[in-house]
Amino acid sequence: MISVKTISKKFGRQEVLKDFTLSFEKGNSYAIMGPNGSGKTTLIKSILGMVLPDSGEILVKGRSIKGKEDYRKDVGYMPQIGRYPQNMKIGQLFSMMKDMRPEIREYDLDLVEAFELEKIKEKTMGTLSGGTTQKVSAALAFLFNPEVLVLDEPTAGLDPIAAEILKSKIRKEREAGKLILITSHILSDLEELTDQAIYIFEGEVFFNDSIESLKEMTSEEKFSPAIAKLMQWTLKKKSTTKVMTHA
Amino acid sequence: MLKLLKYALYDILKSRFAIIYTAFLILVAVSIYQVSDDLSKVSLSLMNVMIMVVPLISAVFATTHFYNNLEFIELMLAQPVKRSQVFLSQLFAVIFMLSLSLLLGFGLPMLLWGADSSLITLLAVGMILSAVFTGFAFLASVLTRDKARAIGISLALWIYFSLVYDGLVLYIIYSFADYPLEKATLGLVMLNPVDLGRILMLMQLDISALMGYTGAFFKQFFSSGIGMLVILMVLSIWLVVPIGLSGRVFKKKDF
Repeated sequence: MISVKTISKKFGRQEVLKDFTLSFEKGNSYAIMGPNGSGKTTLIKSILGMVLPDSGEILVKGRSIKGKEDYRKDVGYMPQIGRYPQNMKIGQLFSMMKDMRPEIREYDLDLVEAFELEKIKEKTMGTLSGGTTQKVSAALAFLFNPEVLVLDEPTAGLDPIAAEILKSKIRKEREAGKLILITSHILSDLEELTDQAIYIFEGEVFFNDSIESLKEMTSEEKFSPAIAKLMQWTLKKKSTTKVMTHA
Repeated sequence: MLKLLKYALYDILKSRFAIIYTAFLILVAVSIYQVSDDLSKVSLSLMNVMIMVVPLISAVFATTHFYNNLEFIELMLAQPVKRSQVFLSQLFAVIFMLSLSLLLGFGLPMLLWGADSSLITLLAVGMILSAVFTGFAFLASVLTRDKARAIGISLALWIYFSLVYDGLVLYIIYSFADYPLEKATLGLVMLNPVDLGRILMLMQLDISALMGYTGAFFKQFFSSGIGMLVILMVLSIWLVVPIGLSGRVFKKKDF
């Protein structure tokens, strides 16, 4: 559904993505992992059209996204730290987002209800705590029932109850056959929510396969030690990084 | 586009800054009106304050606003809207707010105590300068990656156009005092939007006689229809070029 074809991106002299190729299929849920600065956020932002790759192309539903904006109707994005106009009320923010997709009339209000955002819709965004702002971001990402969900550190900053609500919502959407991309450093969350693991190391795909085969390959039974092993390998193989996949 | 602008305005018009700026302008206008009853003196004093303050506030505020809204701009870019629309809605919101503050701040006292054509020109010049310096500020913002540097560039542009440039022009005129300089001065004036605004005002005020032969030449040129047209054209270049450039950079910028 989304295919990233040999994209490269440099920030100044630093090469963040190098001939990066990857594809995401509908109905799967992907965990995007990698050390800080490995290119995870750049990848996500390239898919959203916020970062423009130097070369290569990104196809969504078979069509290049270059210079296009329509495809974003089908993408729900939850940023790592959502910041909104300080003087805007929650209610206004929601009606603005609805205004931007006038052709969508049916809204998914599960999270709005679960987080009880209706009660505080008169509050201005500037007065909200970090966690409440995250709840608003999450509710907005799911509001339009998008086919693709891009969640950047979704549970960071949420209290345990809210995090649980969000996770069960993600599970529900996953069962409904949505394409879900999650980046996170919380491995237990990733294990619960995803079935495909993508490990990015220094701008290249180091591992791309199901979590099952990751465990098999590393001969670990649990997810976290498997990832830890993968990280060790990246350090050893630093000179000859290879893509491991049989997908 | 209009939708985006509507919501950008919602936010900016309620900001504390908009209220403080308007209150400040009202205070300035009221105190100047209290000091003198002569309308041309009032508009001269108002002009002197405005020509310094408006570009400064516009440049600093527009830069700060752009950077404070960066995350919001990012959020908009993840929505199905065109980049150019996101950019223009932010830009117009700032220009609209600055112009509205000026209209209210200087306009309300004018309604109370009377105004003449020079005061109306003053308002127009103020709005144009707000827009021009907002353009500069947005250009500085899209070209940099941090707020401090962007504010630095905006301030440098303000210092250049408001303070340094006049010094340069004076120096040139003084050094070449033996030559006929009317046309050269005219050309130099075109290179500075603040000076253009000031001259547009001064021509309304009938004090050009104080400026000697060059003043008479200016009066003749700028009072004619063609002169007016030239000024407006040059000012619109000053308006469109920075905005156009920053729009182009914005389209290719990574967020």
